[in-house]
Order: sequence, then C-alpha cells, then structure tokens
Amino acid sequence: MSVLAQVGQIARRSILRTARQPANIIFPFVFPTALLAVTSAGLHSATKLPGFPSDSFLAFFLAFPFIQGALFATMNAGTDLARDIQTGFLNRLALTPLRGGALIVGQLGGIAVLAFVQNCYYLTVGLIVGVRLESGIVGGIVLIILATAVAIAFGALGAFFALRTGSGEAVQGLFPLLFVGLFLSSMNLPRNLIEADWFRTVATFNPISYLIEGLRSLIIAGWDWQALALAFGFAALLAAASLAAATWALTLRLTRT
Amino acid sequence: MAQAHGIEAEGLVRTFKGDIRAVDGIDLRVEPGEIYGFLGPNGAGKSTTVHMLTTLLPPTSGSARVAGFDIVKEGPKVRSAIGAALQEAALDNLLTGREHLRLQCALHGIGRAERKVRTQELLERVGLTLAADRKVGGYSGGMKRRLDLALALAHRPSILFLDEPTTGLDPQSRSALWAEVARLAREDGVTVFLTTQYLEEADALADRVGIIDHGHIVAEGTPEQLKAQIGRSTVEAVPADGTTPEAIARILEQFGEPTGGSPKGVAVRLEHGVEDLAGIVRALDAEGIKLQNLELHAPSLDDVFLAKTGRSLEGAAEEEEEAELT
Repeated sequence: MSVLAQVGQIARRSILRTARQPANIIFPFVFPTALLAVTSAGLHSATKLPGFPSDSFLAFFLAFPFIQGALFATMNAGTDLARDIQTGFLNRLALTPLRGGALIVGQLGGIAVLAFVQNCYYLTVGLIVGVRLESGIVGGIVLIILATAVAIAFGALGAFFALRTGSGEAVQGLFPLLFVGLFLSSMNLPRNLIEADWFRTVATFNPISYLIEGLRSLIIAGWDWQALALAFGFAALLAAASLAAATWALTLRLTRT
Repeated sequence: MAQAHGIEAEGLVRTFKGDIRAVDGIDLRVEPGEIYGFLGPNGAGKSTTVHMLTTLLPPTSGSARVAGFDIVKEGPKVRSAIGAALQEAALDNLLTGREHLRLQCALHGIGRAERKVRTQELLERVGLTLAADRKVGGYSGGMKRRLDLALALAHRPSILFLDEPTTGLDPQSRSALWAEVARLAREDGVTVFLTTQYLEEADALADRVGIIDHGHIVAEGTPEQLKAQIGRSTVEAVPADGTTPEAIARILEQFGEPTGGSPKGVAVRLEHGVEDLAGIVRALDAEGIKLQNLELHAPSLDDVFLAKTGRSLEGAAEEEEEAELT
C-alpha cells in the first residue's frame, strides 16, 4: 500500500472519530464565535484610538476565531493520539506496514479537514455579520488556506506532546498555555497601540502575533505582502518544527524493530 | 496455510529501567501448526516476551526468529507473517467493527474489492455480522475479544500471538474463543502462541506448555508430560461428624505420603495412582470410618507450577499484585 493511501486511511479514521464526538465539533464552532461576539461588542470603542487600522472592531477581531479554532485542532490531534497510545491502538497500527510518517500526516489530514470546515464557517459568520473582506474572494480563499495551515502546525504540536507524554490530560494541559500565548499577542490591539512596554515586547516576539496579523491583513487591509509572508513563514516554520518533533517523538514511542 | 517455520528463541532477555529483568534468558521453540501455551502469573514476563516476539519491543540480548525471520533485523517481514491480539483489546470505541476490519485490511495492503469480501468473511467467522455496523464502544467484552481476533487474522497470518485472550471473559465467551483458536490451528494450520494465567486454558488448548515465572521458563512440555513429572494423583477424604481426621490419616497414609488438602480434609499423594482408590475405600469401610466426601485429584498444571516454583499459580499471582501495590 502506498504511503499516500496509508495517509488517506488514517485521515479517514481521524475524520470519522471527530465527526462522532459532538464535543469536538461543537466547541470549536461555538466558543470562538461566542468570544468574537462578546469581545467585539465590548471593545468596539478601541476603534476610536488614533491609528487603529479599522473602523470595525468585529472585522479587526475576526482573525481571532481562526487561531482559536487552530488551538482546538491541537487538542483534537493530541488527545486522539494520546488515546491511541493509552488504549494500545498504536501498537495495533505498529503491527501493520503503516509508516510512522503516514500516521502523523494522516492524523493531521483529518485535523486539516475539520479546520477547513471550521474556517469556512468562521468566514461565513463574519460575512453574515457585515464584515467586508478587503482582499476580496481570492483573499477569502487565501485566508482559509493560511488558517488551515496554522491549524496543521498547531495540530502537529499537539501530536508531539501526545507522543512524548502518552497522556491526553497532558495534551489538554497544553491548551491553557497556548491560550495564554494567544492573549499575549496582538490579538486585541495592533502592536503599535499596546501601551505597556513589556506587553508590546512579548507580543512582538510572540509568533502568534504574526499569524493573527497575516490573517487580519486579508480582512482589513487587502494585500499586505509583508504580513502574509510573515504569517505563512511562521506557520511553515511552526509546522516544520512541530512535525520534526512529532516524528522524533514517534520514533521514541514506537520501538518496533 | 502451511508454513515451514514456527518460533525459535534463544537466550531472550529484556531489562527495563532499574535493572528489572522482565524476561531473563528464555529459550523456546514452537513448531509450525502448534498451539503453544505460555503459562504464568501476572508479571512473570509473558507479555514482554510477546512484545519482543511480535517486534514491538527490541530484546536487550538474545535472539529469536519468527516465521523464519529475525525479530530484530527483519521486523517488517515478521510483522507481515504474524497476527497479534495483545493483552488489551486495542479497539477504537468510536469506530464500528466493520470499519476496524476495513482499516486493518487496508493497512495490510489488501485491495478494495478483496477488503470488502475479507471483512465480511471475518465478521461471519467471529459471529459479529449483526453487530458489524455498531460502534465498538457498545460491544461486550466477549465481542471485543472476538473482533480483536478477527483483526489479528485480517491478512491471513501464519503465526498468531494471543496475549491473555480470555482474561475477563464469561465462561461462554471463553469457550467460544477456545473453539475458534483450536479450529485455526487444526484446520488452517496456524501456529498459535497463547499466553494465559488460566491453567484450564493451557490444559484445554495447548499442544505444549511453557511455564514462566520471574522471567524464566521453569518447565516445558505437553500438559500430560508436565503432569507426569509430578506423577501421581492425590486423594482427599473429608470426615463425617463423629470421625476424627487422625483416624482417616492412619488409613490413607498406608497408600501414600501426606500432602496439602482442604482445611477439614486429609490428603495423600497416592503411591500407585488411581488403582489405590478401591483399596482405600475397602480399608475405610473395614474400619467403619464414615466420610462426608472422598475425592480423587488428577495432577494439574498448578501442581506442576507448585512443584517447580514452590508456589501455587494463584498464590504467585497474588504475590505479584501485592508487589505492584507496595
């Protein structure tokens, strides 16, 4: 069986698993949009700050659900793999000719499909509530591609944690940490408008800021090539590093000869 | 499904952190088509041995060939020749039985058309046709074990490893699984390496039994050979009211040496085996001794375990559990 076919089989299983767990579907759809509604209503006055890049906080904040959805992808990928380790299902897979790389990529394939659906949903919600995409239809497509790439990168990070710890609880423990990382980014304000020096510094060094800013640029600015290059670059870097780490962790976990 | 090779292991050792020698120099040979029972208490090293022989765990030292392939150097070839149902029925509660089988067949490279046929065939074989499209989370323990067995057979392996396949099953499910395993070996010629902590399972299924304790094989042979090593049957008499155990002991000891029995009974290991029984009954009757119960015990694998390790299999399991708790 080709590696691609193996990836397809594992991805199919991952999608089936996700589809059959209502919590894995509902939370990534409900929470980010609920936070979008609450935050954009509460922080609307931020648009009056001099230099704020949009007159709609909703449009400014629409990048947030895409990133939060990606964090849910981390959890899903990680907890699924951890469960396979805990139940011995990974051993069952290890006894087949399945390649280690196909296992990780397949798992992420399932996450990518879910993330794609989520991202289409977030964008649709945004358009329904009146957000206008400055980059147009093509920008919307790029937005979904970028957000899906970010989900894959975070998913690989979740897979790495699962393979290292073998514990679903440990993966779930990662979620609040990543969430803190999200809050310490340019999620709520452009970096140049963050008054506290330490916060601005942390946000500048926080790669999540660049992921958000890339997504946001397509919504409120049109085609900002620098922001997009940084976002795609950081997503690719994070994906590559996480995939390499997950592959390494899998070789430690799978001791088959 | 004839094959030329079974399982051979020489000096197989596996140590874990803290210099724990889970398997401490195992030599064994399983002939093609044979059912080999690997009997021992929890923590004796059975599962570690299975993990090494199925290539999931590299040995610390020693060597083994499974289906003619080296378990260290030819792992993928070993895996293509074997099927394994490991200790925990490793299933995905969110998938159906049919989806499990299709995934397993697909990963073993079975083409789409054959996959469908093979899946149905296996479902029928293990009696899961009606439950095939139900999620495994709703299966009983016996159904999970049967599906586990079907998954292990998906790619028609010549050697099957079953790690405590009936632990936790009710007697009916256990009998059904025994029948299927026996059929696989007798009709399909599959070599079966079966670990168990149940004496009756090894006795009922295995052509040969290896008894493992603390990582060592302490006895090996057919169940009959092993029992013959212990040799003789025991007889146990429980006195009726008004009869003293001493009176019974005086008679029984003419027929053999005293041995352990139930708290109220008197037991002896018979010098001449079953043929002594008639003489015992006559002698007890001649003395007017009344009995509540008289039982003849054929030697069991537990007697073999007791003779080889100084502990009963049940007691050894409890010791291991206590050791794990402390």
